[in-house]
Amino acid sequence: MSALEIDNVCKDFGTTRVLEEVSLAIDSGEFLILVGPSGCGKSTLMNAIAGLEPVTSGRILVGGEDITWRTPAERDIAMVFQSYALYPSMSVRGNIAFGLEMRKVPKAEREAAVQRVADLLQISHLLDRKPAQLSGGQRQRVAMGRALAREPQIYLFDEPLSNLDAKLRVEMRTEIKKLHQRLGTTIVYVTHDQIEAMTLADSIAVMRDGRILQLGTPDEVYNNPVDKYVAGFMGSPSMNFIDATLQGQAGAYRLHVTTDGEQELVLPWPADRETPGLAEHVGATLTLGLRPEHFAEEDARLGDRAEGTPLSARVSVVEPTGADILLQLPLGDGEVTARVGPDCRVRPGERLDLRVDMRRGVLFAPDSDTRLA
Amino acid sequence: MDNVIRSRTPVARFWRLLLHATLLLAALWYLLPLVVMLLTSVKPLEEIAAGSLLALPDNPTLDPWLKAWGSACTGMRCEGVSGYFWNSFAIVIPAVIIATLIGALNGYALTKWRFKGAELVFAMMLFGCFIPFQVILLPMAQTLGWLGLSSSRAGLIFVHVVFGIAFTTLFFRNFYVSIPDELVSAAKLDGAGFFRIFWRILLPVSKPIIVVSVIWQFTQIWNDFLFGVAFSGHDTQPVTVALNNLVNTSTGVKEYNVDMAAAMIAALPTLLVYVLAGKYFVRGLTAGSVKG
Amino acid sequence: MKSASPSSTASMSGRLQAWLPKLVLAPSVVISLCFVYGFMLWTFILSLTSSRMLPSYDFVGFTQYARLMNNERWWVAATNLGVFGGLFVGCCLVLGAGLAILLDQRIRREGVLRTLYLYPMALSFIVTGVVWKWLLNPGLGIQAMVRGWGFESFTFDWLVDPDMAVYTLVIAAVWQASGFVMALFLAGLRGIDDSILKAAQLDGASLPRVYWRVVMPCLRPVVFSAVMILSHIAIKSFDLVVALTGGGPGYSSDLPATFMYAHAFTRAQIGMGSASAVLMLCGVLAILVPYLYSELRSRRHG
Repeated sequence: MSALEIDNVCKDFGTTRVLEEVSLAIDSGEFLILVGPSGCGKSTLMNAIAGLEPVTSGRILVGGEDITWRTPAERDIAMVFQSYALYPSMSVRGNIAFGLEMRKVPKAEREAAVQRVADLLQISHLLDRKPAQLSGGQRQRVAMGRALAREPQIYLFDEPLSNLDAKLRVEMRTEIKKLHQRLGTTIVYVTHDQIEAMTLADSIAVMRDGRILQLGTPDEVYNNPVDKYVAGFMGSPSMNFIDATLQGQAGAYRLHVTTDGEQELVLPWPADRETPGLAEHVGATLTLGLRPEHFAEEDARLGDRAEGTPLSARVSVVEPTGADILLQLPLGDGEVTARVGPDCRVRPGERLDLRVDMRRGVLFAPDSDTRLA
Repeated sequence: MDNVIRSRTPVARFWRLLLHATLLLAALWYLLPLVVMLLTSVKPLEEIAAGSLLALPDNPTLDPWLKAWGSACTGMRCEGVSGYFWNSFAIVIPAVIIATLIGALNGYALTKWRFKGAELVFAMMLFGCFIPFQVILLPMAQTLGWLGLSSSRAGLIFVHVVFGIAFTTLFFRNFYVSIPDELVSAAKLDGAGFFRIFWRILLPVSKPIIVVSVIWQFTQIWNDFLFGVAFSGHDTQPVTVALNNLVNTSTGVKEYNVDMAAAMIAALPTLLVYVLAGKYFVRGLTAGSVKG
Repeated sequence: MKSASPSSTASMSGRLQAWLPKLVLAPSVVISLCFVYGFMLWTFILSLTSSRMLPSYDFVGFTQYARLMNNERWWVAATNLGVFGGLFVGCCLVLGAGLAILLDQRIRREGVLRTLYLYPMALSFIVTGVVWKWLLNPGLGIQAMVRGWGFESFTFDWLVDPDMAVYTLVIAAVWQASGFVMALFLAGLRGIDDSILKAAQLDGASLPRVYWRVVMPCLRPVVFSAVMILSHIAIKSFDLVVALTGGGPGYSSDLPATFMYAHAFTRAQIGMGSASAVLMLCGVLAILVPYLYSELRSRRHG
């Protein structure tokens, strides 16, 4: 039995459909992340789970029970809001205890629960302060404490880190992950930040235009995207898309890439990654997807034993990030981004020998953008 | 226009002087009536007839105030304005409390529990702020008669509440719109219901707008004349009506000092509110008129 | 399984919660429907009858309106409203904007001055009327004071001059409301992005030019609101007339509001009084509708 099951949920605002037959299920203790651009319906889906937004059709089940038409109060769900939504007139203690108070938990138990989460989140010294006296990070902790105190069946997080500065965001991300590992809570987490999604999730649902495009583990979503949109959305810098013409036949497909209208590069497609669907696209221009890390600087010491297809290109921009270096180089009709090691000494305008790891590249159909291989 | 370096030439200094002089002159023009009112109210009648408007009293006396308060004639009766002064309070206080409470609940329901047509309901109620009251005077008089509230304080309270809630609803709606909806969502998930959220979450943060609403309603109702003159009886007149009667009572010698003292008495409560809470008073005046 | 309807499956408390907001609003809606819209309609109906002392329901069509159009006193009141309203709004705007701009020049005692400019707004129009009646009284007021200073021929007797009485209303009303307009403008000025002004000054514009070319256009909404509120005050003006001129001398300073009251309550002309009230409402609507329209439009666009 799933901890949370969403069954064919649709939601209309007036005549616009914001959720289109969304279905998913997660197990107890699972960390699900809904990710997508703004307006993709992820927040609406979250509000529907919380009961803040009635659905147009479909069912929502928690622990096998249909809660579709229950009020938020009747669902055993807690939520951490983007703005934290701490009650301004109450102390931190009052904020954390409020949910328990509304559920008529005796005072002694409430006190114990407050102390428990305060210790867990290291906010004991803040209990008597008002929200206005807290820093952003502290508010974030109190907001989580308020959810944790209730020990609900499901936790909802609505972009909880987006109001924090970059450094604090990374810290709190780790903290949330630790808490999840320690408490084994069931979490649905909305974000538009794909790095948050990759680092935190047990499974990721990538949404767009009210639909779930792909639901899978971070690894699946990153390495086996179902279509060009998912492939482009996950990863930073994002995947390079290169127009390439498919040639050859089964067992020996090749991709021809023309740079600047003349220079032609031939990339053999690994035989073990062929799919039957490729045959009908011979001669057609497909989209080849290569992530920046699928490029590697030619290592002279490895010689012929190096893996991947050799490629030589004139580097136009060099962007060191510290941990590695991002290069812009012309390939196909545009430029691609390649990620190389921090020791690369290439300068703009110079030619650099690279290798392309075709075993990890992906191919998309030209019109539908769906994955071919 | 702050943080700008100003030139210190003689010309600039001249302009600066002119600026201050103009502002001071304007202040005097606003102050003049109040000063004259105050001066006149403590002068004996002989001094008024003989002396100039702005002359300081030679023999200041509080008799005009005492007379205005206790024994001046307002129409048929000669009991001063004291009874009407308390009448005004007896009308204002319940009317302010009721209208503010209803306005707060309305604003809350309109902004935090939005339903289809909420905007329309608001627009419909808002219209009540704008109608000239002459257009409801006659039907209201008859309705108060049917309700048995003619010439009673309860009737006046009722009228002021009816036409006050449009304003209080406007105040609270505009205030609650700026309070994040997520606060209410969080409370819903925590298990709180409609009234509990209002009482525990919204009301504790509403102090500024409550003050604005109370001050606005207080000055509006205290200063009202039209409803007072149209719907009150001899015993239930508010102080504005009594003041007008006092000034227009044409028996015997015209006692300007008593008139002024009575006017001061009628003006004092709202002036006091203005002095004590001017910031909120201005906010009430500008609420809904400046965009936002 | 496709779509469960909410009413069949929602819990009792859930359904109650959905109804509570509407339940809370219902009394106010009913009040508004009856006492604002219902009464407006009622007054309109009365205006179509021949009611005199008591409301009667013998319908006479638009006779009362026709009588109103032939009533000299009504025309005096309507003309007065035009004169009073126009001057009142104009003077308040000029004075209010001027004072606000002057006050905006980093004046040390700004708070005190602002308080002094605005306090008349806290007074009842009756008090204002009583005070100005005293000040404008030729025998003992300003005229007497100035004559006492040695200007024997100084005359300022508008209060008792049928041609000028309506202007005394303007003086008193401007005194009372211009401070409020000042506050509106000051709030508007303070709301203008400071960097715009700095940029204009860096561009070499003089201070008056900055105000005329940059600041004033930003204050258009404030002007608009002020005009709205002031015209509204003008149309409703009743207490001030009663206290200051009593509509006199004769009926030379009558306004529609006093005309309506006199006919409906003291002269036993309920039908005609109602007709004049309806015309007042039309006047308010004539300025209100364009205002609301532009307000709604601007809100929709951003």
